[in-house]
Amino acid sequence: MRRQLPASRPGIGRRGLLAAAAALPAAALSAGCSGGPPPARGGRITLRFQSLAWQRDSVRTNKRLVAEWNARHPDVQVAYVQGAWPTVHDQLLTSFEGGEAPDIIHDASDDLAEFAYGGDLADLTPLLPDRLRRDIPRQSWAAGTFDGRIHGIPFLQEPRVLIANRALLRRSKVRLPEPEHPWTWDEFAATARRLTRGSTYGVAWPLKEPVSVTLDLALSTGGRVFHRRPDGRTEIRFDAADQVVPRLIHDQVNVDRSAARSTLGMGGSDTLPGFFAGRYAMVPLGFSYRQQIVQQAPRGFDWTVLPAPKGTTSDQGVSPQTLSVAERCPHKEEAMAFIDFLLSPPNMVRLALGDWLLPTGQKALADPALRVARHDRATGTALAGSLRPAPAQSVRGYPEWKDKLATPGLQEYFSGGIDEKTLRGRLVDDGNLVLARYQR
Amino acid sequence: MSRPTGHRAAARGRPQRTAGRVAQYAALLAYLLFLAFPFLWLLSTAFKPPRELARVHPTWIPDAPTLENFRSAFDEQPLLPAAANSLFAAAVSAVLAMVLATPTAYVLARHRSRFSHAATGWVVISQAFPLVLVIIPLFLILKNLQLVDSRGGLILVYVVWSLPFALWMLTGYVRAVPPELEEAAAVDGAGRLRTLVSVTAPLLVPGIVATALFAFITAWNEFFFALVLLKSPGKQTLPVVLTHFLGSEGVADLGPLAAAALLATLPGLVLFAAVQRRITGGMLAGAVKG
Repeated sequence: MRRQLPASRPGIGRRGLLAAAAALPAAALSAGCSGGPPPARGGRITLRFQSLAWQRDSVRTNKRLVAEWNARHPDVQVAYVQGAWPTVHDQLLTSFEGGEAPDIIHDASDDLAEFAYGGDLADLTPLLPDRLRRDIPRQSWAAGTFDGRIHGIPFLQEPRVLIANRALLRRSKVRLPEPEHPWTWDEFAATARRLTRGSTYGVAWPLKEPVSVTLDLALSTGGRVFHRRPDGRTEIRFDAADQVVPRLIHDQVNVDRSAARSTLGMGGSDTLPGFFAGRYAMVPLGFSYRQQIVQQAPRGFDWTVLPAPKGTTSDQGVSPQTLSVAERCPHKEEAMAFIDFLLSPPNMVRLALGDWLLPTGQKALADPALRVARHDRATGTALAGSLRPAPAQSVRGYPEWKDKLATPGLQEYFSGGIDEKTLRGRLVDDGNLVLARYQR
Repeated sequence: MSRPTGHRAAARGRPQRTAGRVAQYAALLAYLLFLAFPFLWLLSTAFKPPRELARVHPTWIPDAPTLENFRSAFDEQPLLPAAANSLFAAAVSAVLAMVLATPTAYVLARHRSRFSHAATGWVVISQAFPLVLVIIPLFLILKNLQLVDSRGGLILVYVVWSLPFALWMLTGYVRAVPPELEEAAAVDGAGRLRTLVSVTAPLLVPGIVATALFAFITAWNEFFFALVLLKSPGKQTLPVVLTHFLGSEGVADLGPLAAAALLATLPGLVLFAAVQRRITGGMLAGAVKG
């Protein structure tokens, strides 16, 4: 190729230069590799399983399960493909467009709506084995069901809990809540005020992504925000029941100052150094954060897991992790057989332990390994019955409402920048305009 | 009278100049620290055990430095194959970009016309297009060409993406080579090719190296195209693999992530250190030699 370089000499001129310019990338491309789904070799089927496992134990468990399947099923091999949570949506979107999507897809139920309604994910309803159908409770199935069709099998879920500094709680002599007797929201607010002393705040709300936290917890006071009308359309409301939790957080930050203002823009991990240093007595976090606390807490740091407060019920919303099959997968039955293997009760327990989460399967939930006191695992397991699908997740237009309106609106409201009326205007009036575009 | 007055003025000016120089160096040092801060933080984090990562008052020097993060990073993710993929894509795209940009820049710089002005203007304007604007049409084009999930497709995108800036940079370098040198060579009897090879090209080497370095580092660090275009795990590049250390809602396996990210920054640093002299040696020194 270098010999073409003196193309600018007289005689060759611009045309030669252009020809060289056109030839070079073509030559490079011919040397490049192009790919596609692994073909069936000698009658052997190869399925690609994209996993979003990212913690060391979890990645190891997933890879081991794939290896075990492959050892038992020489004719249906599974190739492990590593995906990532922050990029999965964009990556799947373009994969489906390009016809390059993995066969078996690990995702979360709140990310499936676009793909399910868009016809990218197979309807698993006729493929589901009875065992799996019976093992996972109905409220969990609702999370992966769109227009009556199952597009995602919910298998791991994460309750929101209060991670608390046990020494500070003991000192304040408050009643320690249990899964059967959680605090009410009023008790929680009173406890947070009581724990606020000197440089210690009663609670730190990490609300970098405030929407799912708010909606999930609002379920306990009967808040749904997204309401289905008799004509089948969805409308956004922000009624009294929807307002209880957001108002409580707002007041903790801005009125009684029992919650740290500085953590409103933080992710859950960012609050841990302050939690370990005794600056925050309680932090509402996902159940899996226990792993980070076990790894990072100073030796001797005394912490505990408490159930989230209750309102009229103890319910809270969750968006379970799901397994789906791509509509274009030519071997759907084999893919389902692999999922059935992956989600057998003992394997579901292994996956739950690796991810520090709860399984959805009832048999797995009954496993003694998930009911141990160590790292307060039993506390989380006891909350499984109160988990419901987050009401917004199957609504078309929810991601746009969340990103453009609800996230900035709630952030401003919690920090005291706007009042409840302004927030309501943004969430409801502007929000229904967004939904209307998706429901024409 | 004037001489002693001048001495006094000079004597008065000396401390002022010294103070000015000190201030300059202080500002420079502050700027260097500002630039180095992310790298030093990464370096410190990569060697810290988990308990030191969650302190309210973190230290620069780890109390108990460990290589565990590096071991975990290599155990958990295919860093070496991903680095090889990145290296291949970055090196090939940088070479191709230079092969295309150098003659084009020469033409644009030497043969001034309405076309060259328009072409240069378009090159500058094309830099203003955001990535998200081009990614979907680009993806569809590559899909039609069956270049999705292809290293060739990714390299083509990297070449096209770095070409405008490479052209813009190289055009400046070519303009800085005095045309009189080429005219002198012609007067001495050198043909066009000989002049380009023996006179112009050596003077352009620092510029080409600097521009190639830019193209290489742009491709080495690039994330979004690689994420969208490459689907097979065996083809994934290093920036994409780095995201595998991240969980949902911003949670990260911080220690191994820092260790892997530190390794990812090293080739750029090493490369820059290796060619720094060539870049800063400057073209004018070459012109004098020529």
